[in-house]
Amino acid sequence: MARPPSMLAAAWIIARKDLAVELRTRSAFLSVLVFTLLALATFFFAWDATSVASIDLAPGVLWVTFTFAGMLGLHRSFGSEAQDRAIDGLLIAPVEREAIYLGKAIANLVFVGAVLVVALPALAILYNLPLAQTVVGLAPVALLAAIGLVSVGTLFSSMAVNTRLAELLLPMLSLPFFVPIVMASSQISARLLAGRPMSEAMPWLKILIAFDLVFVVACTIAFPYTLEE
Amino acid sequence: MTSNAAVHAVDLGKAFGRRQAVRGVDFSLGTGECLALFGPNGAGKTTLLRLVAGLLKPSAGSVRVRDVDMRRDAPARSAVGLVSHQSMLYAPLTARENVEFSARLGGVAEPASAARDALASLKVGDVADVEVRKLSRGQQQRVSIARALVHGPVVLLLDEPYSGLDESGAAALTSVLASLRERGAALLLVTHNVAEGLALATHAAVMLDGRFALEETRPASGFNAAAFSAGYRAQAGVDRG
Amino acid sequence: MTVPAPARAFRAPLFDWFFLLAVAAVGGTLVRILAFTPFEASQGAAQKIYYIHVPAALSAYLALGILAVASVMFLWLRDPRADRLAVSAAEVGLLFTTLVITTGPLWAKPIWGTWWSWDMRLNLTMFLWFLTAAYLVLRGAIDDEAMRARFSAVLGVLAALLIPFIHLSVYLFRTMHPEPIVLQPGRPRLPAEMLTTWSMGVLAFAFLCIALIRARYRLPDGRDA
Repeated sequence: MARPPSMLAAAWIIARKDLAVELRTRSAFLSVLVFTLLALATFFFAWDATSVASIDLAPGVLWVTFTFAGMLGLHRSFGSEAQDRAIDGLLIAPVEREAIYLGKAIANLVFVGAVLVVALPALAILYNLPLAQTVVGLAPVALLAAIGLVSVGTLFSSMAVNTRLAELLLPMLSLPFFVPIVMASSQISARLLAGRPMSEAMPWLKILIAFDLVFVVACTIAFPYTLEE
Repeated sequence: MTSNAAVHAVDLGKAFGRRQAVRGVDFSLGTGECLALFGPNGAGKTTLLRLVAGLLKPSAGSVRVRDVDMRRDAPARSAVGLVSHQSMLYAPLTARENVEFSARLGGVAEPASAARDALASLKVGDVADVEVRKLSRGQQQRVSIARALVHGPVVLLLDEPYSGLDESGAAALTSVLASLRERGAALLLVTHNVAEGLALATHAAVMLDGRFALEETRPASGFNAAAFSAGYRAQAGVDRG
Repeated sequence: MTVPAPARAFRAPLFDWFFLLAVAAVGGTLVRILAFTPFEASQGAAQKIYYIHVPAALSAYLALGILAVASVMFLWLRDPRADRLAVSAAEVGLLFTTLVITTGPLWAKPIWGTWWSWDMRLNLTMFLWFLTAAYLVLRGAIDDEAMRARFSAVLGVLAALLIPFIHLSVYLFRTMHPEPIVLQPGRPRLPAEMLTTWSMGVLAFAFLCIALIRARYRLPDGRDA
């Protein structure tokens, strides 16, 4: 008799499957990556470079771009499940619904993480920031921001794919939820890049961490409601 | 009617809004039995299958598989395999990757060899490393069946599994299903084709307008397909128009 | 689950006494605001918006609070009535938040010198408006009744969890909104005459809010999208 995988094992199996699909097609990743670089470059020309220092622009540009890029990527998460009703295969498998959510979320986290791995050095180069300080300093903030974005985005992706508006609905649902993430990440990044003491960013860091905790838990609990028929 | 039957449905019903897709269905399916389910489009066959699989929540009555509510007990779902209208496959992955994924989720100890065996039994071992999107409709159907069998389910739910299969595919499927049944698996087989359905069946039923309209048990001499068809047509006459 | 009787025992209320009473209360308050309440010394006529703006905001919070509670209730009890209450509260909530964010700038332009100040409470109301609009758009995009109820309840609960975060974020960002001068225990600085008008406004708008939700809740089936 087969022994069904544990919650985390099942989540990992599902995440690996999603990443295998991503590696095979690569189209979503490349288009999101190009979008990110394009947005970083385009934003630069939307300001007067002689009156506003690029170090003041960079944090806001980075996190606004990141949330939009993340949304592009998240839509594909449940799109591949809806095609040929592959999601049914997950639902009749001997794994908990929560494992499906965690698996999809882990794959999405790797996806947006990979985008950030390119976006952070690109930001440093394009906006003429100290490379090592930018990448190393912002990496922990990026991780926290990515967790928050993915936790909410994965849930809404599962909902949006079942509606008539599909991908049009995802930004409308998720952007209000990304506002605290954008604000906190930008404020922390601005202080880090300006070399201000970390204590100044603490309130924002607390908001970001609390957001991640609350929404990872809440969305994991809420996810089964987006499946059951 | 014992509760340790493979599948046991009591007064099972499902409504979508005001539309009653399945109503008052009672049946019991023992190990090694095969219920062939016929009926016109929209009679509720697919809905019934999805109720048994736990994909839909009953709006009335209950259905238990090996005395377990599949919607509540996740580990128990390893007992069930489902072949549906949709392939449930990931088009960018190969046949082998798809079937191995299903085996891993089903908790199979050696997913790689189980996937190889399942694909071979449906005679698609030679295209195991081809991406599913590049396979023909019939090949995809075989991979989809392999996907449903790979974890060794004891209850197999099949929704039109013969559709899209050529003769060799149909023969391979029939022999796989027959050997599963001999090993004690219970089969619930939905089909339009009376001859194919009755070949494997120990029980046969016709669904009309959400209910079982005609139920027969295999006589010692085997089903008389012509007589069953006549009975089916007489029952379905009004609905088929 | 029972199939509803084809002809539901419901007649469109030609005379909704509760609703008419609420309209009368709001009308009475408006008359008092315009004719029987003195001008505030420094702000002049513009200040009178305050008697509508703040009561409307409190009513919006009331409606959206009902939306959040009804969403939780639906996920817990799976009672279609909770879903119906939620959508009624959402529609009325959208009405009142719209009233708040349109009356706000009307007052802010002459007093603060800017239509939109990006102030804390203003932003919070704006996001309430966005979330409520998203809630109603989501409902409109789903045909299946059961799915619509589940999805929108999930959004309702998550939005309720989001509000404290938005509130904290915009608070940290900065604030220049006039501090509440009524809800300060011990020393209401508002003159008695103005306080009476303001209190009437709060009660009348809350009354109207509940009457609207009630009327919407009692609309016949098939309008729950």
